[in-house]
Amino acid sequence: MRGPHDVGGLDFGPVENSTHDLTLWEKQIDAIRAVIGAKGIVSTHENRRTIEQLGHDVYDTLNYYERWTASLARQMIDKGILTQDEIDARVAQVRKRLADTGELELKEGA
Amino acid sequence: MRTHEHHHHDHDHHHDHDHHSPPQPDDKVHSYYQILGTAVKELLIEKGVVTADEVRRMVERRDSITPANGAKVVARAWMDPEYRARLLKDANAAVKEFGIEMPTTHLVAVENTENLHNVVVCTLCSCYPRDLLGLPPSWYKSKAYRARVVSEPRAVLAEFGTQLADNVEVRVHDSTADMRYLVVPRRPGGTDGMSEDALAAIITRDTMIGVAVVEPMRN
Repeated sequence: MRGPHDVGGLDFGPVENSTHDLTLWEKQIDAIRAVIGAKGIVSTHENRRTIEQLGHDVYDTLNYYERWTASLARQMIDKGILTQDEIDARVAQVRKRLADTGELELKEGA
Repeated sequence: MRTHEHHHHDHDHHHDHDHHSPPQPDDKVHSYYQILGTAVKELLIEKGVVTADEVRRMVERRDSITPANGAKVVARAWMDPEYRARLLKDANAAVKEFGIEMPTTHLVAVENTENLHNVVVCTLCSCYPRDLLGLPPSWYKSKAYRARVVSEPRAVLAEFGTQLADNVEVRVHDSTADMRYLVVPRRPGGTDGMSEDALAAIITRDTMIGVAVVEPMRN
């Protein structure tokens, strides 16, 4: 069975010739990934594997750097660098901080 | 398909502002994953896994790598037959002559000719010669491109406005984590006597991915 990433040869609509300027958030995820890659903490292959293992539901709904972020969190837990509890607690803190400063404007369903 | 422009507001939501405005980067946080990313970044910095300075410098470094790097390489290959031979034989070594290092990936330069047109994809994800051309464009990472360019490359190229003659063979190269490709486009007519810098200026990112050809000069 094909994994969610294995799309070569499937039917899809037209290619949207879009270029999207990365936001600072996306650049930072990209950079963190590059730094931990350069340090030998998580290889490109491990990153690929955790992205592929997100499963269809998650993979198909998230955009590119959202997938990288979900994958990064998974890798840090798998490697014992962070715990799920630590991440959950910090997510709650960040969410509150952004809400307090008025920066939070989540999409519906997010 | 989904696009990557997640800053587009959903069409069915209730705000009435900016429905018809183009997607703009803004300072609002729209995605749970943006919160998650911030949380993980903070924790990794606090634990000393990465430093804020390392992340900042990496952002700067990635921002500084643009397709102009690849254009210099291609322009040199157009001007200098010996460099062209070196590039086609060992692209890692050839780009190193420009100070571009790709230590963990094997770079392969593939040359377009009168009868052969090369196109690059990463069907499984988004592998791309980032150290040479910068980050890949959104469409390169899109499922539509990844899915279709291997099965109907001519149709996909046509969507980019590139029509190839029927007698031109199209070869699609599927990148991997270990192997990345640079297309050396054909040097167009009307460019005799142009300097290497002037040539580099007409070589675009899309021509080095292979979804476009370098346009002939019109004077």
